[in-house]
Parts: sequence; structure tokens; C-alpha cells
Amino acid sequence: MSNEMTTTARYSQAGDEFLFVELNEEMTLEAFFRSISITQRLRDMALPGIVEICPANASYQVRYNPDVISAGQLQETLESLDREVSTQQVRTLETRVIEVPVLYNDPWTYETLMRFRDHHQDPSSTDLEYAARINGYDSVDAFIEAHSSTSWFVSMVGFVAGLPFMYQMVPRERQIQVPKYLRPRTDTPKQTVGIGGCFSVIYSVRGAGGYQMFGVTPMPIYDPAGDQPHIDDSMIYFRPGDIVKHRAIDREEYDALLSAAEKGDFKPRVASFTFDLDAFSQDPDGYARRVKEVLYEH
Amino acid sequence: MSIEVIKPGLASSIQDKGREGKYHLGIPPSGGMDQRSLIAANLLLGNPEGAAVIECALMGPELRFNEARKVVACGAEMTPRVNGEARPLNEVFEVPADATLSFDFVKAGARLYLAIEGGIDVPERLGSRSTYTLGSLGGLNGRNLQAGDVLHILPAHGYATLGRCLPGTLLPEFSKHYQLRVIPGLYAHRLMPESHALFYEEDWSVASEADRIGYRMKGGSPLNFVEREPPFGAGDDPSNIVDACYPIGSIQVPSGSEPIILHRDAVSGGGYAMIGTVISADMDTVGQIQPHQKVRFVEVSLEEALAARVSYQQELERLRQMP
Repeated sequence: MSNEMTTTARYSQAGDEFLFVELNEEMTLEAFFRSISITQRLRDMALPGIVEICPANASYQVRYNPDVISAGQLQETLESLDREVSTQQVRTLETRVIEVPVLYNDPWTYETLMRFRDHHQDPSSTDLEYAARINGYDSVDAFIEAHSSTSWFVSMVGFVAGLPFMYQMVPRERQIQVPKYLRPRTDTPKQTVGIGGCFSVIYSVRGAGGYQMFGVTPMPIYDPAGDQPHIDDSMIYFRPGDIVKHRAIDREEYDALLSAAEKGDFKPRVASFTFDLDAFSQDPDGYARRVKEVLYEH
Repeated sequence: MSIEVIKPGLASSIQDKGREGKYHLGIPPSGGMDQRSLIAANLLLGNPEGAAVIECALMGPELRFNEARKVVACGAEMTPRVNGEARPLNEVFEVPADATLSFDFVKAGARLYLAIEGGIDVPERLGSRSTYTLGSLGGLNGRNLQAGDVLHILPAHGYATLGRCLPGTLLPEFSKHYQLRVIPGLYAHRLMPESHALFYEEDWSVASEADRIGYRMKGGSPLNFVEREPPFGAGDDPSNIVDACYPIGSIQVPSGSEPIILHRDAVSGGGYAMIGTVISADMDTVGQIQPHQKVRFVEVSLEEALAARVSYQQELERLRQMP
């Protein structure tokens, strides 16, 4: 992980208002780190004519006003930021570690997945049973332990409002991977926790979806009504770069947390943290323990 | 004053020029799909050009006004009727107190913009009154209009003039066979060269799944992707990529079969390869194409796209200067 070569960025015009930049064809933590570092620097520059700055997993895109800044000028700026990021000695990111309580194997995703068995690779198993089996875990509980004991990087926020895509912070050979449904469902409960490919997500709103469903969180993550104190004026809780640790909870705790959330009393467990890419790459397991300590030391 | 929704129509929603700066959190621009018609309607009435209006798709609503108010309807050809009597499109008319405003079936185009003197009074959310239904945000309770809804209207400013109309040179033109200009790119290199060529040589027809999120196209030959070992995290289908941002106007081709043009309520990202992007000057046109109508994609350069952008802006400028 630490000796990965930096790939050459691929710049592509997307119409006359977007510049799309692919940093790596495959998902790597390096590519994500580069994406977030470049886009953060671009945001800090507050250049006239820049409309949207969107980091993604191993790529990013910028929406610009070509009447104010040309595609060529923008690309030169991005290339120079990329050089700056690629040559820096210290690769750190000021971020947060956030605990997400999850009721795994819950009745609502179960009811939903049973309605869409004909869209699934293995209609005779549940999503959890299927994911556990194809990832080599001998039980659903062992799979839940693997999902909840490790940390996940929020590598992109989107698809729909506020949905975090999360990348597992373990060496690639230990990463959980699950194919998406053969055909997307037309329904997914709000705040469903699921996985598609190597990304874990939390569905921010009820709606269509193709990821395997494992549980639900009582934690509000999108707040269009503006009545959740832990979510700011952007209405969105997660930011690319956040580190997430799931925690398995039982039905009793789920009900208590949900009722707190409904009253606007949900208080997430969160700690500020400086992520160091090289320290992580040298000792992922030791680093994972440190992430947990940060979260639970208060 | 207020307007009561008697029948909501097929998909009527409150829209303005849209919101900016939140796409990185998954919140798309939203706003009228045909911005030119939205702006024309507001300017005809003397409203600020970005005032909130009702966007009506294919089948218009039936509305009851509790007080008299001047209105104008621009965009798709659906004849407005006041208590059953026809009124002109693209011309300011008044709906009297307690009268009902309805619309005929659409004859051409897909979306009509109904502007009301003063503009619709819903709260701004993240800088816009536009409805984003996937996120239950903006507009009236974050959704399309429903029967029984009551829309509050901002006070009349008094600048609206009965009979003021769009000059003939600024009237919209509709067709049954559209050309959409596209800058190829993004993941176009993943297509087999013959598929890339064929995409621009064949007619596509708009599927019934054509809404504010995106326009699905069918009828063209399936597109083949270059064989490859899937990159880590991308997924096994040849059309999969590591989930990335989707530009507004980008054309994705899930499994190579039915291209989808994303519009102003776009899902902001995902794992399907995009093969090009409709230029900004043609996005209003997309919003006026009906299901089953034909589309031909035309490959253009960035320079051509920028020239089209200048023409588009000149046309908006003529709207702003109209007598």
C-alpha cells in the first residue's frame, strides 16, 4: 500500500462546464487521499469561476464557469496542485472519527430484501448470509464483526443527498467485497447500511438502491427539515475524509436512540483526529487500534 | 393571495434557477429543466428572472385562484384555459378571482412554465426555492404538487402588463427529431471504436423513463466495451467504473444497452461509465423532448460548445432587452 506508484491524472472535458479528473482507474487509499488533498486546496484558493468542487473515490470533478476561467487555466491550476500534493513530505488530513450505531440483521431491511429476492444473485440466502459466505466468513456474526470492528474512510458523499461511500481501512486482501444486486431494487429503507463492490454506504433517504443490505442506523445523517442539532446548515452530516467506526447495537438500544433522534436529541460520538497516510500504510492494524482509542478515550 | 391545486397534473413542481455549491454533498442543482422558458416567463411578467414558477410536465395542473392575478405560460404548447376559455401562450393574461386555470394536452414540447406575478412564496432552502424530490428538499414540502395543496403567492409588484408577449423571433421551436451536441470523453475510451462511431450514427428514441433525474434512450444498437480485467473496486460489468462523480448532462450507458442523459436532479455519482456530455446550450432542449421522440447525438469540440454557449447567452440577453 505504501509503495504504490502515483499514476498520471487523466483530465477530461465533460461538456463546457465540467472538468473530470481520474487519478486512478482502481480504488486505492492513495488515489482518494490525492483527490481530497487537491480538492481541499482548490477550495481554499476560492478562485473566481469555480462553481462546484466534488471529490470522489479515486477521481474528482470541478464545475466551472467558462466565461470566467477557461478549461486550460483550470487544468493548469489542478496540475500544479497535483504536483504540490504528490511531492509533499507529510501526508496528513485533519478529520473526525465518528461512531455509527447499527442494528444489523434488522426487521426492516429483512422485509425489504425478501420482497426483492428475484433481483438477487442468491435468492435462497439473505444479503448478510450471502455476503458472509462469499467473503469466507463461517457465520453472519463473524461477518458483522468484520464490518463493525474495522474503520472506514468516507471517500465520497453523493448519489443522493448526503449518502456516504466508505472505503474499508484494511489491507486489500482483507477488504470485504460484495457484488451489487443483479437488478436494482425500487425500495431501500432510510438509513440502511449496505455494501456494493468494496464500498459500504448508509442510504440517506428511502428509495431505489442496488447495494446488499445489512442493517439500519438510528443516526440521522440528512436533515432537510433542519431539526437535528448535530447537522449544520448544509443539512448533510458526513464529509469526505471522515473516518467511520460502526458499532453493533441491539433492538433496545436502537429504539432508545431512534426515539432520541426523533426528539432532536441524538448526540453522535465523535472525536477530532489527524490522519497520517504513511503511518497508516506502515501499520494498518496498529493504526486501526489508535482510531478506536481516539473515539473511546473520553 | 393563494392558489389551490385542484388537480396536480402529471409531474408539476416548483422550480427556479436552481441551487449551486452542494453537488459535492449529493445535492444536485435542480431548477427548471428549460431555463430559457422559465426566464422568459418571469421577464414577460416583470418578475425577477429567477422567481419561483410551476414547471408542468406533459399534462398540466388545474388551479383555482382566490384573487385575480396576472400570469404567463411559456415553454411546451399546452393551451391555457381560464374557466374553460382558451388563453394564449407566451402572453400575459389575468386569471380572475375564484377562476380556474387549466391546460390542454401537450401539442409540442414537454414542459410548460407557469409564472405568476410576484412569484411563488415558498422558503429558500440552500439558496433556492427549487424542488429536489429525491432529497425531499425545497419547493412545497420537497415534493411534486398534490391535489389540495395551497400555494402562497408573493405580493404583486404592479409591473405586469396585460397582453405583453414574446416577439416571434424569441418563440421556442419544437420538433419531433432533435439533435443534441455532445463532447465525447470521460470513459469513452472504454467503448469499442465501432460502438463509439455507431452511437453518433443512429437515431435514439426517448424512453418513458424520462424525468428530472435523467432521460433514458432506447432503440440504438447495444454498445460494446473493450474487454478488460475489472479494476479493484469497479465491479464486474464491463460498463462499471470505480464510483465517480456524474457531470450534469453526462451520458452513462449501464451494461451498454440504454444510454441515460442526467439532468438537473441528477444522482451525483455512481459506478457506470459515462461516454460524453451534452453541452450546456442544449440542456434546455433535452427538457422539452417527449417520450418516444427521436434524438441524434452530434459530436462537437469544446470550441464549438463554447460558441453555442455564447449564442445561448445572446438569446437570454435578447429576452432581457425585449420591449
